[in-house]
Amino acid sequence: MQTEYLWGLAGGLLIGLGAAVYLLGNGRIMGASGILGGLVDKSDRTVERLSFLAGVIGMPFLLRPLLSPQPETHLTSNIAVVIAAGLLVGVGTRVANGCTSGHGVCGISRFSMRGIVATIVYIAAGGVTIALLRHVWGLI
Amino acid sequence: MRIFISLFAGSLFGAGLLISGITDTTKVQGWLDVFGNWDPTLAFVMGGAILPMLIAWRLTGNRQPLTGGQFPTMSQSDPDRRLILGSVMFGMGWGLAGLCPGPAIASLTYGGYGGVVFLIAMIAGMYAAPTLGAKLDRTANAA
Repeated sequence: MQTEYLWGLAGGLLIGLGAAVYLLGNGRIMGASGILGGLVDKSDRTVERLSFLAGVIGMPFLLRPLLSPQPETHLTSNIAVVIAAGLLVGVGTRVANGCTSGHGVCGISRFSMRGIVATIVYIAAGGVTIALLRHVWGLI
Repeated sequence: MRIFISLFAGSLFGAGLLISGITDTTKVQGWLDVFGNWDPTLAFVMGGAILPMLIAWRLTGNRQPLTGGQFPTMSQSDPDRRLILGSVMFGMGWGLAGLCPGPAIASLTYGGYGGVVFLIAMIAGMYAAPTLGAKLDRTANAA
């Protein structure tokens, strides 16, 4: 098996462990879009949300120099694409009330029909988007 | 205590996102690219993340969270218009750039200028979402 898959699995276990700590400790669903979106909506638990985000941003900052090769995002330099994608992700995750972590990780693991359906739909939509833009129109 | 737990959970999440490799947009787009050079890494990440949560959900029965209160109840409503249309929009954006909210936040310190622009656009989208969601409901009722 390729090392990348093992790193993926190890990283996944840490993500799930974080979600388990958040659920069993605070009784909350660990969803990235929900935690950030709650700040945008000026919802409750502001300090909890901010300290969660401090961990999400701070830990990669501290750990990344220890890794070889250092992970890069390889994000497209086409700024119009970046803005369009960001807007779609922001609107979509809030309208659907969840993203990969909330619907995907926390929803599927409790066999939530909404989580399973959302995950199938966003993976399918992403797959169609890539297929059209890369293989049909040759844009990305 | 709740604040410490949040920081700890966020740190685990951030570490996992970093080492799993999924803050790399080429890996995410590779996973979605079934007609190209398909990259299955994301399946390992998702599978790995679901395992601890399968156990965690089993531990919630008849208990309370460590800091009190109640565990979140499962939504009893069926998948609706909002869930489907929202997920379609999210999936399109995810495919376009290869970033979802978690990795977009986690890569803030190494994603460069483009990463910051993505995050600002995503937050702007989150601001607009309640209004757009309400519009969606009105068109649903009119139909």
